[in-house]
Amino acid sequence: MVALPAADAHLDAPRCLAIVPAFNEAASIAEVVAELRDFDRDLEVLVVDDGSTDATAGVAEASGARVLRLPVNLGIGGAVQAGYLYAFERGFDLAVQVDGDGQHDASELGRLLDPILAGRADLAIGTRFAGQITYRPPLARRIGIGLFAALVSVRVRQRVTDTTSGFRAVSRRGIRVFAADYPHDYPEVESIVTAARGDLRVCEIPVAMRARAGGRSSITTFRSFYYVAKVLLALFVGLFPREHLAIQD
Amino acid sequence: MPVQLFAALASVVLLGIVIELIRTRKLRERYALLWLATAGVILCFALWRSGLHNLSKALGVAYPPNALFVLAMLFVLVLLLHFSTVISKLTDRTTLLTQRLALLEDRLREVESQPKPGPQLRDVSRS
Repeated sequence: MVALPAADAHLDAPRCLAIVPAFNEAASIAEVVAELRDFDRDLEVLVVDDGSTDATAGVAEASGARVLRLPVNLGIGGAVQAGYLYAFERGFDLAVQVDGDGQHDASELGRLLDPILAGRADLAIGTRFAGQITYRPPLARRIGIGLFAALVSVRVRQRVTDTTSGFRAVSRRGIRVFAADYPHDYPEVESIVTAARGDLRVCEIPVAMRARAGGRSSITTFRSFYYVAKVLLALFVGLFPREHLAIQD
Repeated sequence: MPVQLFAALASVVLLGIVIELIRTRKLRERYALLWLATAGVILCFALWRSGLHNLSKALGVAYPPNALFVLAMLFVLVLLLHFSTVISKLTDRTTLLTQRLALLEDRLREVESQPKPGPQLRDVSRS
């Protein structure tokens, strides 16, 4: 089903794709793209416009990103997976995942990519809760984060502190796993389990994060109940892999 | 017993509607079968009194027509659960199609933005 053009496949230097899911982030997306391009000229920036109703796609394109326009809003999981599908089809060796709202600092990408480039891990997660702690969320959120961390750690038999971080670097193997199977709705927590199930080596790298540059968090108070319930259900019940798509190298 | 008469009438009407929907191709046979089974079973027990009595005894329901409603309710629950699985499947497919469409559009834009290779066709419109 997925044809991989030979011309796209491996060149000498590893090719890296930055996947930036964005839904109505016109206010911050230009800055995010510019920062990624400043970090590394050779990094291809792919903004996945998740059916935005504002100028996100146009702004992203004008600032030099490649834009994948989803005709309908799929939610962050579907948008990110579209990015991984692109990375897989185009033969990228590495991918980084950066939020479109500007809370991830592109200058930290080097540290995130190190373990992947060195072949020590397939998924590197930027964590806010190791090393120098610069982020202290409100109590309710802290409880939720702690609960997820404890459950995921047990599930993947490895200590994970920041399961909700969307700041990640992924190897070719990881791209393949996520292109075939990526969770819906609020995918960050579940995707760590997906990674473990796909035999990916997971590691955490302490990073600093900023407050949002624009837009609003997708997680409102009302939705946070659904979020917690959905993730807990997925963690407890999601024992069987989803029917995989036919994806071959 | 008027309740049973009502149930029988209702299931006959349901049967009629379902058959009409199949005839006009507004309902796929796959889902129609579930509805036909529901209507059929309710109609059977509404008309077949001793069967309903035995059923209500087996279920421990004192008033036989209630057993009829319990049965109908069970069928409807199964139908609803089935629909939820169908919706989930449709959502998965929509996601997949949306992603593929976006990837295809990207490829198309890439191809269209490239200068056309090879010899240009002769313009015959002016000759």
